[in-house]
Amino acid sequence: MASFTVGIVVFPGSNCDRDVSWALEGCLDIKTKFLWHESSDLNDVDSIVLPGGFSYGDYLRCGAIARFSPLINSLHDFVKSGRRVLGICNGFQILTESGFLPGALVANKNLNFICDDVELNVITSKGGWFQKLNEKQNIKLPIAHGEGRYHCDQDTLKKLTDNDLIALKYKTNPNGSTSDIAGITNEKGNVLGLMPHPERACDESIGGIDGLYTLKSLITQ
Amino acid sequence: MDQFEVKVFIRLRPSVLDPAGEAIKSASSKLGVAGIKSLRIGKMIEVKIQSNEEDIKEKIELLCDRLFANTVIEDYEYSINKL
Repeated sequence: MASFTVGIVVFPGSNCDRDVSWALEGCLDIKTKFLWHESSDLNDVDSIVLPGGFSYGDYLRCGAIARFSPLINSLHDFVKSGRRVLGICNGFQILTESGFLPGALVANKNLNFICDDVELNVITSKGGWFQKLNEKQNIKLPIAHGEGRYHCDQDTLKKLTDNDLIALKYKTNPNGSTSDIAGITNEKGNVLGLMPHPERACDESIGGIDGLYTLKSLITQ
Repeated sequence: MDQFEVKVFIRLRPSVLDPAGEAIKSASSKLGVAGIKSLRIGKMIEVKIQSNEEDIKEKIELLCDRLFANTVIEDYEYSINKL
């Protein structure tokens, strides 16, 4: 897998791009390449991360303007080809705004910017993004968001549930998300969007390694 | 081509909780104004645009559907004024 390269998209206002690169290269020895949002050539990367941050200053709505970048335009074919895309925090917001994933992320119920470690239950094994755990087990990942309340209508929630597309649920709902949802996948399973930050949980010395598995799964073909 | 001034009003759908609206509702009662039953925050976007009269509605609806509003969580309405 030495030649495998993960592309990390950089928008104006991204601020977790280097964290993702550090986690992939430093902790997992996976090669990364930064992709400026204006590039539309995705041929030399095998999977893509949309990192956290505040693309375009969150103007209008989080992720609303990033959606129009040439790179996101090319991402449609990339996803269709079955290659893997991981959207973390602002990346998840961009994936919903762009229509890759259903629903929307809105202001937290209590209006606080929440920066905390949260316990999460792995719900689906679709896409193989998370280690299979039994019902009593959970993972712990950090969250850091002001607009992370997942919202969708009842029909969408039913579809997510019936098709096993809910990836992660908060054990204790911190932000008012519909049905405690913290992350979802597309039908094929090759696109995952989540509010927690796996790249911030890849080294014991900074509090945990529960994010390693998800980042490592970027090199699953 | 004519000049138009368009005002677009964007509101959170009634089913979406508006915590910022709730916070302002609470601040309003602290100001001593009683009786507020509901308070919700929206956005207003003013656009000045040159267009043919027959295309203007289509252009504004494209902007609203694809950019100004996210119809998963928001409704919009607009008024068009020919200058």
